[in-house]
Amino acid sequence: MEKKTKFKSLIIEGTKYRTHYNKKFEQRTAWEKPDKKKIISFIPGKIVKINVKNGQTVRKGQVLFILEAMKMKNKVTSLINGNVKNINVKSGEMIAKNHLILEFE
Amino acid sequence: MSLKRKIQDLQKRKEQVLKGGGERAIEKQKAMGKMTARDRIIELLDEDSFQEYDLFVEHEARDFDMDKKVLHGDGVIIGTGRIYGAPICIYAQDFTVAGGSLGLMHARKITKIMDHSMKMRIPLIGINDSGGARVQEGVNSLAGYGEIFFRNTLASGVIPQLSVILGPCAGGAVYSPALTDFVFVVEKISKMFITGPEVIKTVLGEEISMEDLGGARVHSEITGNAHFYAESEAECFNQVKKLITYIPWNNTNKAKQFPPKNPKPEYKISSIVPGDPKQPYDVKDVIKSITDDSDFFEIQKLWAANIVIGFGRMDGETVGFVANQPLVLAGVLDVDSSDKSARFIRYCNAFNIPIVTLVDLPGYLPGIDQEHAGVIRHGAKVLYAYSEATVPKITVILRKAYGGGYIAMNSRHLRADFVFAWPGAEIAVMGPEGAANIIFRREIAAAEDPEEMRKQKIAEYKEKFSNPYVAAAKGYVDSVIEPAETRKFLLHAIQLSANKTVSMPQKKHGIPPF
Repeated sequence: MEKKTKFKSLIIEGTKYRTHYNKKFEQRTAWEKPDKKKIISFIPGKIVKINVKNGQTVRKGQVLFILEAMKMKNKVTSLINGNVKNINVKSGEMIAKNHLILEFE
Repeated sequence: MSLKRKIQDLQKRKEQVLKGGGERAIEKQKAMGKMTARDRIIELLDEDSFQEYDLFVEHEARDFDMDKKVLHGDGVIIGTGRIYGAPICIYAQDFTVAGGSLGLMHARKITKIMDHSMKMRIPLIGINDSGGARVQEGVNSLAGYGEIFFRNTLASGVIPQLSVILGPCAGGAVYSPALTDFVFVVEKISKMFITGPEVIKTVLGEEISMEDLGGARVHSEITGNAHFYAESEAECFNQVKKLITYIPWNNTNKAKQFPPKNPKPEYKISSIVPGDPKQPYDVKDVIKSITDDSDFFEIQKLWAANIVIGFGRMDGETVGFVANQPLVLAGVLDVDSSDKSARFIRYCNAFNIPIVTLVDLPGYLPGIDQEHAGVIRHGAKVLYAYSEATVPKITVILRKAYGGGYIAMNSRHLRADFVFAWPGAEIAVMGPEGAANIIFRREIAAAEDPEEMRKQKIAEYKEKFSNPYVAAAKGYVDSVIEPAETRKFLLHAIQLSANKTVSMPQKKHGIPPF
């Protein structure tokens, strides 16, 4: 225990305690509300086919593109009815995890 | 052949097999900073106590030219011995023989010694150093793992099972250690993961080193898979030996009794805990001011440090300690600290070790990440573990015991045998600040000076409820004691509980919130 470091504060039910943090607590990430208008990769992989064009109107459930990962071709479908605003990938492109692939208006 | 010649023949055969994978492989092993499997066993066990079995076992694989290969002992050493006199069954995978890979006969040797440990009801130690399944043996190798996991599960809670990871332990192989009671890891030597860096890179395109993925530090600090972290193999073996002194041979025995000793005078119990519940201190100092010779053998020191677990002795008897640690995250219960303490409570219960719980916590850690990580299910484990435990259960409330945290930390309501509280204990539904804001919300809002009113109401609530006497008036606390009396009360309680008998409802097993 690194006793020489300065204490930090942690508020629990209105009371402010002097204490240390642990690694996990310090590395925790802020939660973000999922945005149905942004399609973000949940796994790294390859875009093998894009079925829609910029400005195209798509319906909920329509296949937007195919992402190949873990030797599987995943059909990624739209969660909403809407118009495609931006496609940030090209067919054949390798993408990382958490990559913004496509946006709706 | 005369008997003399036959003895010479035996000696020659032994000499051949004892070389394991040969000199070059042994040199390589040493170059990696690792001891050989046989040296490890000799280092760990009492001098001259090791007896080896199945030295002449050979594999039966035929495919892929395996029939032309001689693998001495099939890559694993099994036997029995003693640690400080206690009988032990042990196996050690030999990385110098085909990378310690697990084939059918290798697995049969391990299951043989496991069966032996169960039959004789003595502890089992496994030293893992293996590249994984022997691919040439195909499904036979998988069968071997399955047989080991099955035995680990049946032996769980019957005999102590210790896993010492001294090399790679990857893929399915990790599940044997995971099913055992305690996992020991060593810096730079231990590597544990389900899928290694290469697979992760090919499939996901993410690059990570073995050390960062599943090294000793990671499992000691981040995952909680390991219980003991050491810088060297020698230090690791000392930890194993020390642990063996604290635990019984099996679930029908008690741990060995040691000569009683007093705590060291430098641990002054009355001056460790600050009066202000917002101020931190190291709860391990409180434990050391209670235990024989101020000894405390901590488990999972680096992981979920907001709760402290481990063994100490009181009048020579092993006691399991569970204590909130105000030094880290104010000692809150969260997902990890719940998992850590619940499993330890179940361990103590299975092996007849009395549990002493030291309480000082503000409640549960607030946060979206905690809720989404399932703090409900994980927190429930603590309630479950304390409630089902039938070993002597004694609680000392040092300072704060608020809300659900008060209930969870072995309260009277979970059938604690004795609940003691120090005079500075605050047993309440929440801290005075939070409580006053809720109860006196209207008065505070309507006041001319809301801040002044808030302060006044906090003081009012504190005066009335932030003490041990409300709970003592209901009998939820048995005695309010001075800190200096703690050891005396605990010793009395433990001695009095020697023949504790409680009946539990008949069932196959419960459904704990795993």
